[in-house]
Amino acid sequence: MAEISRQTSQTGQSLGETAMVPVRLAMGVIDAPLRWVQKKFGLGGMAAFFLLPNMLIFGIFVLLPFFINFAYSMTGGTALFLSDRTFVGADQYARLFDCSNYLNPNTCAEDTFWTAVGNTGWFVVLQVTLMIAVSLITALILNRNLMARSFWRAVFFFPVLLSPVVVGLIWKWILQRQGLLNFGLYGFGFDPHVWLNDRNWAFAATVGVSIWAHMGFYTLIILAGLQAIPKDLYEAAEMDGTRAMRVFTRITLPLLMPNLLVVIVLVLIRAVQIFDEVYVLTGGGPGTSTLFVTQYIYETGFAAQLRNPGLAAAASILMGLVLVVLTLMQLGLSRSRDKKGARK
Amino acid sequence: MSRVTEFLFRRKGGKGWHWTDIVTWVWLVVGLFVMFGPAVWLTASSFKSPAALAEFPPTILPYVTQKVTVEGYDKPLDLYTATLEDGSTATLAEVRRIGTVSQMVDPKKPAEIVKVNIAKRMPVRQMSFATENYTEPFTHFDFVRYLWNSVFVTVTATLITLVVNSMAAFALSKYEFRGRTFAMLLILATLMVPLSVIMVPLYSIVSALGLFNNLWGVILPTVATPTGVFILRQYMLTIPDELLDAARMDKASEWQIYWRIILPLTAPALAVLAIFSVVWRWNDFLWPLIVLSRKELYTLQVGLSIYSGELNVQWHFILAMTVVTMIPVVLVFLFLQRFITTGIAGTGLK
Repeated sequence: MAEISRQTSQTGQSLGETAMVPVRLAMGVIDAPLRWVQKKFGLGGMAAFFLLPNMLIFGIFVLLPFFINFAYSMTGGTALFLSDRTFVGADQYARLFDCSNYLNPNTCAEDTFWTAVGNTGWFVVLQVTLMIAVSLITALILNRNLMARSFWRAVFFFPVLLSPVVVGLIWKWILQRQGLLNFGLYGFGFDPHVWLNDRNWAFAATVGVSIWAHMGFYTLIILAGLQAIPKDLYEAAEMDGTRAMRVFTRITLPLLMPNLLVVIVLVLIRAVQIFDEVYVLTGGGPGTSTLFVTQYIYETGFAAQLRNPGLAAAASILMGLVLVVLTLMQLGLSRSRDKKGARK
Repeated sequence: MSRVTEFLFRRKGGKGWHWTDIVTWVWLVVGLFVMFGPAVWLTASSFKSPAALAEFPPTILPYVTQKVTVEGYDKPLDLYTATLEDGSTATLAEVRRIGTVSQMVDPKKPAEIVKVNIAKRMPVRQMSFATENYTEPFTHFDFVRYLWNSVFVTVTATLITLVVNSMAAFALSKYEFRGRTFAMLLILATLMVPLSVIMVPLYSIVSALGLFNNLWGVILPTVATPTGVFILRQYMLTIPDELLDAARMDKASEWQIYWRIILPLTAPALAVLAIFSVVWRWNDFLWPLIVLSRKELYTLQVGLSIYSGELNVQWHFILAMTVVTMIPVVLVFLFLQRFITTGIAGTGLK
């Protein structure tokens, strides 16, 4: 038996080796010119060589568009390339902000933009609050002395891996007229309801579905934070017979706070950009009740009958500003968290 | 009495059930159903025929009305258990329905038509898995094409991600050079520039490079991920520099050091990044949606969303295609979930 297994493992190895032969050859071929580069430019040259592909891709596909975006937002027309576009100055921004009453989107020239902004605002407030609450409770529960803890952790993590399209379709299927939700309610004597055709329910669905899809991710981060809290604090509290609620408010919450703040900002950053699963679930409807800013940018820039890339760029820069503020907040927070951790 | 319940619900630790224990188990069990239920329901539904999908209330398992071929009728007829006027029951096939009266025949005696009120007949049901939901999209929707496109994008992007980011991480962790901090900050800064902010100009750049309607236009903008550089750099920092120096003594070139020493030693971090990258690229949606407008180039995600947005959604196909789209991710979940969860807990990045 051992003989056979050794043999098979040997053939397996040689198969792997054969597969590696072209890779080895390629690496050898690359080596010769690189030795020359190394001789000519030294270690600094090699560092530049190793950094180059990454920087090139970053430069072309992230930095360049980032800067072009500003120029783009100051041009008009439907032409694609910047050189073909006409300069209009701050017109696109003026159009976005052209409102007679800022509290009422209908009085704006770009009413859909403000509807999207309003929707996103509500979405962010509701989703972030609920997301943090649900993830925190789940993390607290998973942090207890549970049977099969890694199994339960996996349960809540499962939807995180699903693609937004799959998430959207799963819930579209459940919320439709003959869906599982109506089936469940039918058992309690309710009439079937077409949830996604109802403005308020559709909006609630976007909040709920996005929480369902991402809560496992934040639960994990919060759980890591919980596990970093020294155990002896809890032992001391138990000795003193402290009640569970008090242990939570006096030990867990204060010590978790730095971590929790980072998570809150992370949720915020994601919530502001919400698009994929909502686009599949409701497509922004019914009407514009679940239209969010990213979808507005996408439709203005690419999908609309009269597409206006300049306007879309201006809107995306406004969203970018919000994100930059949030990201800087996050960096600041995580830095102060790490410092606090280091001091301990 | 309370003593008895206390005894019955006593936990291992000897203490009684605290309210937090009840909350815990309710939360976990509800969580189990809420997290897995929807995907399980979708999978169960994907085996139903279009007729079964339109039913309300729906059944959990796929049932269809049994059919029978009766002499003298071209099409197979639905079978019913009918209650006859004399109170006896019989299995009959329905020929046609007029108002509330159903005209039925006994499959064994096709000549004689029996009239039964529709309230007095129940369809004979049998379980049947509509596997054609899975096989037909291959001919109906160019499904193989989408599958191949998705696999191609995922595999290629992941390979390039690993090479490009490990090279950059090597430079940023093992070399001292001017501008290193600047390069780090630059990569860090790109975290602040998500796709949704730069998609309009990025589209013009990708078009200018001739990559519009090209799978490479989907792959290239995503491969230099700051997360990848971070994960790999953190890991490479733990590799002792003495190892590199020893190799240099032996006349190894820098490329050989990278290829034969650093990469093998970074394997665990590379594996984590590879798993992440596969999931990211497989799930990508917005960018492929923008870059790919020709049907034959759609990835699975784009194809699914386009077909599910049509007026007459063929749900039986969409559901089956969704299940197929889920499969790789479910496999990753089953076998590699542990790597991902520790990866996330360690870096806080997704």
